[in-house]
Amino acid sequence: MDLLQAIVAHYNHWIIIFLMVSGLYIVVARGNMIKKLVGLGLFQTSVYLLYLSPGKILGGTPPIISEQHTVYSNPLPHVLILTAIVVGVATLALGLALVVRINEAFGTIEEDEIFAGEEDE
Amino acid sequence: MKLDVIFRVAAKIFIPFMLVFALYVQFHGDFGPGGGFQAGVVAAAMVIFYAIIFGLDAAQRIFPQRLVELMVPAGVAIFAGVGVVSLFLGSEYLDYSRLLHDPVHGQHIGILLVEIGVLVTVAGTMVAIFYSFIGRGR
Amino acid sequence: MIAANLPALQVVLPLFGAVLCAFLQRGILAWGVALIVSLAMPFIAAGLLIQVLDSGTISYALGGWKPPIGIEYRVDVVNAFILLLVSLIGAIIMPYAKASVEKEIPADRQAWFYAIYLLCLCGLLGMAITGDAFNIFVFMEVSSLAAYALIAMGRDRRALLAAYQYLIMGTIGATFYVIGVGLLYSMTGTLNLADMASRLGGIENSRAVLAAMAFLTVGISLKLALFPLHVWLPNAYAYAPSVATVFLAATATKVAVYLLLRYFFTVLGTVFAHKSLPIAEIVLILSLAAMFGASIVAIFQDDVKRMLAYSSVGQIGYITLGIAITNLAGLTGGIVHLFNHALIKGSLFMAIGAVFYQIGSVKLDDVAGLGKRMPITMGAFAIAGLSIIGAPGTVGFISKWYLVLGAFEKGWWWLAFLIVASSLISVVYIGRIIEVVWFRPVSAAAKRAKEPPLSMLVPTLLLVAATIYFGFDTTATAGIAGLAAELLLAGIR
Repeated sequence: MDLLQAIVAHYNHWIIIFLMVSGLYIVVARGNMIKKLVGLGLFQTSVYLLYLSPGKILGGTPPIISEQHTVYSNPLPHVLILTAIVVGVATLALGLALVVRINEAFGTIEEDEIFAGEEDE
Repeated sequence: MKLDVIFRVAAKIFIPFMLVFALYVQFHGDFGPGGGFQAGVVAAAMVIFYAIIFGLDAAQRIFPQRLVELMVPAGVAIFAGVGVVSLFLGSEYLDYSRLLHDPVHGQHIGILLVEIGVLVTVAGTMVAIFYSFIGRGR
Repeated sequence: MIAANLPALQVVLPLFGAVLCAFLQRGILAWGVALIVSLAMPFIAAGLLIQVLDSGTISYALGGWKPPIGIEYRVDVVNAFILLLVSLIGAIIMPYAKASVEKEIPADRQAWFYAIYLLCLCGLLGMAITGDAFNIFVFMEVSSLAAYALIAMGRDRRALLAAYQYLIMGTIGATFYVIGVGLLYSMTGTLNLADMASRLGGIENSRAVLAAMAFLTVGISLKLALFPLHVWLPNAYAYAPSVATVFLAATATKVAVYLLLRYFFTVLGTVFAHKSLPIAEIVLILSLAAMFGASIVAIFQDDVKRMLAYSSVGQIGYITLGIAITNLAGLTGGIVHLFNHALIKGSLFMAIGAVFYQIGSVKLDDVAGLGKRMPITMGAFAIAGLSIIGAPGTVGFISKWYLVLGAFEKGWWWLAFLIVASSLISVVYIGRIIEVVWFRPVSAAAKRAKEPPLSMLVPTLLLVAATIYFGFDTTATAGIAGLAAELLLAGIR
């Protein structure tokens, strides 16, 4: 029973771990370059949640100082993750741009086909 | 290209409001949720919306490729320039306190200028990404 | 005013340069901007190093927000040394870059090349200078994204694949780094590295901190291409434009090694010293695997750039070996090899870049007999090659000397033997190139080759001269590396 409670109490971590592992799995297991980028995005998203979920303090209000409130949520993780999201967007854009050019240069975005073609040369 | 009348009218209604909303998000950023990044994306969405309905060429007539390519470094230049101005005023890099006579006002105007830089760069980058993907293979 | 603001200028100048390059849109003007900025960098870095040696650690509060609340730029001997290294390499490459870039990059993209190059420089310097864990991530991504774009500008279409592969692996590495920082942040409530180190006392054995250590180690190791995580490196170096290869090979992995040093010794020093995780042992095994495995693979390459890339993976093994030995001499050896390897690989890749400039290929068959057509360039290559083997009188010898010394101090005589044995492998691959270049008949591709323009030759020769000079006069390199090692080791006592 204790174990079950411990599992339920940390439900946010379970979600994060699930997203993280499935994202990494997609990156490793898929040969399609777009799908790999999707997996990478999923993996990064799990990290955003890792930062955000401890930032919420139960009963806390938005962090604007006022007289009625004494408990505030932590704003720093949000700021950090906003930055990380921007970085993630930039990475995704660059990755997609590379995939477009790979498609133009090789005629396919499947890794197996590209590597098979390279060996013939 | 044939233009659907519903799209054209809807676009004409929406586009001004999109720009106003972008500016609202921009200048409300120091009192509530918002800021240069979100505003930049909304402003870029306006251009993208226009391009989807009226075509890429029409969009590039009012918002030319060259302008977009200049916006990306211009925003960074505004951001870094504000920092350098504060260096010349004798405080640390990006310390806005001395930009105006009063530190609080200085901080206010400083963050506003930086956020404008962010707006310009983000809007420019988003539109540049859109242009280069959509213009590919034509 | 300038002296007090050097830490900010070190990062802001390249950023401004990048903006200017993007505005100018003309290759030659952009090159001028990049040249001025790159030449200013070593002076700033040297100024910082002198200040640090005179009056101790510099702390610069960005935006006037005092640490640990605000972002702090914190310069001590360790990162002042790294800053100087990165700036020096950046400055030497720029005069070289003009001819090479004009040949390899289409005219309409040259300005963007220099803009991205300066962004990469900005990111690397930022990573080295900042004392804030999350700021490191931001600068890491600035430099990495710039590096992916630089690599993708290579002429071969496989450059795109290399850049894509690097992007995937590099992003996984950076994300692992962020996970590690997130765990440390939730345990300590701070992102300032110095503050974090002081707050970790007492909780260094908690599972979250150990997990953070593991994530940070794997993430940073991906960036520095520690042996089994090096898969992205050979292709990236082989297909990137010559200038990008020289720059990335000489600096990017070195800054990542600096991060590893910073986390192992300064931030997580108590965890590292506590031995609840066998980190030093793991690093030792992987370093040895790199020294032997990657060097043996290098022997069988028939593309000179790829061969040198694999040799880089092997040489990174020597640097991390210094971390694994963890005593003064060993760590000094590791840090001094950081500097020396940047010099050696810089000059090797510069010489090969000049070959590519002249004959448009770096396949082993095509470079045959080049010694007769480009004797100065190939002579420089041979001297730098001797240095990587570790011949006495070159910088390579100095690093290995300290590493062997460190191994003996620990009583690990077998390790000293392995260091010498692994050097013999580099004799084979360097010897293979030298044999082909000097003792084979001139190949068809090399028939009309001649020495490259002076703007390429002089920087190459300067760098090669440095590999000899610092092989004799070690007060500057090994001296400062020794100070840095002392400072780092103080963190794990």
